[in-house]
Amino acid sequence: MIGSLAFATPLLLTALIALPVLWWILRAVPPAPIRRRFPGVALLLGLKDADSQTDKTPWWLLLLRIAAVAAAIVGFAGPVLNPATVRTGEGPLLIVMDASWASARDWSARADRVALLLDEASRAGRPVALVALTDLPPGELPLQSANAWAARLPSLSPAPYAPDMAAAADWAATLEGPLESWWIADGLDHAGRDDLTAALRELGPLSVFQGDRDVLALAPPRFEDGAVRATLARLGSEVALTYEVVAHGLDPAGIPRDLARSEAVFEAGATETEAVFDLPPELRNRITRFEVAGLRGAGTVTLTDDGLQRRQVALIAGGASDEQQALLSPLHYLRQALAPTADLMEGALSDMLLASPDVIILADIATLSPEEDQGLTEWVERGGLLVRFAGPRLAASDVARDAAGTLMPVRLREGGRSVGGAMSWGEPKQLRPFPDTSPFFGLEIPPDVQISAQVMAQPDPELAARTIASLTDGTPLVTRAGHGQGSVVLFHVTANADWSTLPLSGLFVQMLERLAISTRPATPEAADLEGTVWTPDQVLDGFGTLRDAGTRPGVPGETLAVAPLSADLLPGLYASDNRRIARNVVTADTLLSPAAWPTAVPVEGMSVIAPTDLMAAFLMGALVLLLIDAIASLWLAGRLSGLARGAAVLALVVTLPQGGQAQGLSPEDERALLATSEVTLAYVLTGDTQIDETSRAGLQGLSNTLFQRTSVEPSPPIGVDLERDELAFFPMLYWPVTPDQPLPSAAAYRRLNDYLRSGGMIVFDTRDAHIGGFGSGTPEGRRLRTLAAPLDIPPLEPVPPDHILTRTFYLLQDFPGRHLSRDVWLEASPPDAEAVEGMPFRNLNDGVTPVLIGGNDWAAAWAQDDSGRPLLPVGRGATGERQREIAMRFGINLVMYVLSGNYKSDQVHVPALLERLGQ
Amino acid sequence: MTDAALHTPDSLRSRSEAVASTLPALMADAQHLAATVLLGVHGRKRAGMGDEFWQYRPAQAGDGYRQVDWRRSARSDGHFIRQTEWQAAQSVMLGVDDAASMTFTGHRNRPSKLRRAQTIAMALAIVSVRGGERVGLTHLPEPPRGGSAQLMRMAQALMDGHEPGDYGAPKPQMMPMGSRAVFVSDFFGDVAAIEAALGRAADREVRGALVQVLDPDEEVFPYDGRTVFESMTGAIRFETLKAKSLRDAYLARLAERKAHLQELCRRTGWRYHLHHTDQPAEPTLLWLYRALEKVRG
Repeated sequence: MIGSLAFATPLLLTALIALPVLWWILRAVPPAPIRRRFPGVALLLGLKDADSQTDKTPWWLLLLRIAAVAAAIVGFAGPVLNPATVRTGEGPLLIVMDASWASARDWSARADRVALLLDEASRAGRPVALVALTDLPPGELPLQSANAWAARLPSLSPAPYAPDMAAAADWAATLEGPLESWWIADGLDHAGRDDLTAALRELGPLSVFQGDRDVLALAPPRFEDGAVRATLARLGSEVALTYEVVAHGLDPAGIPRDLARSEAVFEAGATETEAVFDLPPELRNRITRFEVAGLRGAGTVTLTDDGLQRRQVALIAGGASDEQQALLSPLHYLRQALAPTADLMEGALSDMLLASPDVIILADIATLSPEEDQGLTEWVERGGLLVRFAGPRLAASDVARDAAGTLMPVRLREGGRSVGGAMSWGEPKQLRPFPDTSPFFGLEIPPDVQISAQVMAQPDPELAARTIASLTDGTPLVTRAGHGQGSVVLFHVTANADWSTLPLSGLFVQMLERLAISTRPATPEAADLEGTVWTPDQVLDGFGTLRDAGTRPGVPGETLAVAPLSADLLPGLYASDNRRIARNVVTADTLLSPAAWPTAVPVEGMSVIAPTDLMAAFLMGALVLLLIDAIASLWLAGRLSGLARGAAVLALVVTLPQGGQAQGLSPEDERALLATSEVTLAYVLTGDTQIDETSRAGLQGLSNTLFQRTSVEPSPPIGVDLERDELAFFPMLYWPVTPDQPLPSAAAYRRLNDYLRSGGMIVFDTRDAHIGGFGSGTPEGRRLRTLAAPLDIPPLEPVPPDHILTRTFYLLQDFPGRHLSRDVWLEASPPDAEAVEGMPFRNLNDGVTPVLIGGNDWAAAWAQDDSGRPLLPVGRGATGERQREIAMRFGINLVMYVLSGNYKSDQVHVPALLERLGQ
Repeated sequence: MTDAALHTPDSLRSRSEAVASTLPALMADAQHLAATVLLGVHGRKRAGMGDEFWQYRPAQAGDGYRQVDWRRSARSDGHFIRQTEWQAAQSVMLGVDDAASMTFTGHRNRPSKLRRAQTIAMALAIVSVRGGERVGLTHLPEPPRGGSAQLMRMAQALMDGHEPGDYGAPKPQMMPMGSRAVFVSDFFGDVAAIEAALGRAADREVRGALVQVLDPDEEVFPYDGRTVFESMTGAIRFETLKAKSLRDAYLARLAERKAHLQELCRRTGWRYHLHHTDQPAEPTLLWLYRALEKVRG
């Protein structure tokens, strides 16, 4: 279709003949001269032109103009690319759509195509019947006007299953011709397609419309070699492609999200590939479905059921099993039965409770410690399944004599009984067929299962309801009782072959599976599901969207296992009791094969190339050529200089602003420059304006004093917002604690911890030393504990009398602020630090403490106003002034300590210090 | 500064002055220009007839007694003569070519040649009048006079009607013997008329200067393509197919014309100066001032 070009008014093209004439005319006319006023013309008189070439239009300019005129002529002739072809035909029309899961991927394209076909039929006035093969119309062929169908088209949607071609062929055979058929096919060779083709061709001519979008099918994943593998198949095989397969499921909070992603890579020429997920069991068990990312359709969604889930089963046996032989071990048969389909754990009960397994199996364990009992009870009530097996110990113990308790479904009689042994009457008993209330209903009982000993349940009004398996004489063999969300199951026999042959039979495995202790290894057979009824939980629609099943009726197990998917059996998740089975559109045996059509049947693509009107393009081209011509003419005539200048100015204007933006610092950069160009003290903004202002004034006063007395010349203090600001620039952070301070975010705590680890120091000031000491329960103290909990703070101790802080600049022993408390804590000195004989100080050779905690309200004592006068009163009279002076000295010592670290701890200074101390 | 079209504080002031005093804009420009020169020294710095005291000098033989300043002489043994500064008035005749060719400007931000020529001439007139000399216009049949009234008259005369025709030539009607004369023109007209005028001036012992005012476009000839060149009145037409190729020939002719004018000046003892309208007028005015003074010497 590409390349066909038609004209609306082809006659106009004859005007092209006139082009040579135009050439001749244009050639004869030279460009018009410019008229200029010029006084110097007097000097020009008599001069001769050196050459006389430009009195004719240059050939390329002529060509340009001719091309422009030609483009205009062609444009007005109305060129149309890919003109629409009109389908002819008359009589009734049958439009057949596959409407299967394979059509879902490009459903909108199909719907568009059908809309176009309906449009054509409407114009031809033909009656139309639109039939989806997945939903055959009952009764007569619904021939209606095309417009009526067009109105119903948007409500059509693909079905999540394949069409039943045999039924469709039968249906087609009942139709009466002549009937032209248009078939919107999905491209797959569904079984029986040829019959339908033949039937439709008998009715009349048949055309097929088939998309070229690839069909993809995601098979249910299987668990192999420790990884989940999902096979992805495709119909086409030419190009190498990569798809992403996503595993969806619930996260621990119960919110649906992507749990894992894996790539499925198609090599060129391959039609099958695998997506491999290597997942831990916890994650794997939470997966609810896999789908190919970015594709719509039920074929690329596969639901998971118990087949993929592996339960965690904890096995606990009583007694010293080490000394027993393997085959006598109470757990041997359980291990053998469960190992292929479950993750087994063995160990101490208290440890395994922490791992929160799905199932705990206690083999012949009679008594539990009170803690274990309580833990197990809680676990059962949260939804655990506790399975107990009887045995000699249980029979001998007093467990559940008087009351069943929470961990035993029934009360037990003392001793148990032995039947068919050497010392007893009677034969070993067999199992009675399972009642239909039992989860085991439908399981076939092998004749060789014999029970020779069991523990007996006390007769009880509830006993019948709790019995789910019993012997031929009616005594319960398996009893079950629910507790909270979980349940407790008791097998009245041992888990090994001592008391019965049950563990030796296949029935044992099936029973475990029915109890959802183990999970089934593969797709269930019809026989496995016989007698069960499965209710749909969630179903898929054709686009692969999972919907709630609502009130759809249950499905018998054998139907679920074998029947093909149809409107009655939608793909989805079916549940019975605790077990779930997923029916997926694509199964492991689904083969994708392309549909083959008889050669006489015309096959058209799905896409329609719309006619393209080229008139505008040609006219625009002509306009552009004329523009170029105008510029070229100006250039030839020497009048382009002004234009060129304008263009240059324009270019300059366009390029200038970018240069201007390269300069300028962001506010963060300016702040960083400010904080790093000088020593800057910082305080934490608490959100309380009064306290923030006091902190600022306090640090300003301290900065002033440092400026006057030491060589430290700080710049004005900066308030720090923990949520936003970078902390690394500040040697020290003053943090007044208020009771109602909001907790910093996790990111802020990360920054704070980074700050502490990289040598920063935070001074916590609870400002409450007048009402309580360190660690007391003042509101500030409690808030400090909450604030500092996530911080990486080492062990603390009160400032020891030989700490470096006592002698970095002034010799101090008290650290007062507005309050006079000696409770000032900092990082504990290493335990091995000892004073050398004759030295007054210990050799504490390590870094600066990351925190200093006190409640003396230092900032208030340091605070000065702009003219350097104290802002807040401290103490009374001269004593108060002395206290303020000591507070200031402490501040100086603190900053010196922060800046110089343990320099003053160096023993070099000891003699001088000793001299000054007068020792 | 010299262009009334530019809005600078200076020009704003000069314009309001112009409106307030009914002085032509030309007058304001010229006053302004002249003021820049008058800031410097002005005076003949030699003894002569006049009112201003110049110097005392010892009496020599031949000096009359009436010339002796007795008060000065009484303070010493010798006799001193009091000399006054030479203040004899000179005549400066100004000729401004106002033919159509002078109205040309190559760019809308540049003053026309005529405008610039008038500005220079008026400024020179103002400078001269303030120096106590008489000024006049060569094409008017009136003798030179001094005083600001004469300046007004001159400005009026300069702004009045233009000479018909494309190119003007100096046609001195009034040129007193021994006076100074300045012709301002583009000198694109007939060379013979210029030669004749300079010859007459030389005969009457008139010295002076020729100021050739040219637009930069006339110096560069930045034209290309097929062009019809017309004189300012349209009387003369010249068509070329490729203007650029004529450039060298045009420039050669222009240089020849300049050389001819310089040669004329050299022969008659006049001075020649070339002024471009894209340059400020002050240097030319200063040059004129110095040139006339030197001639005087």
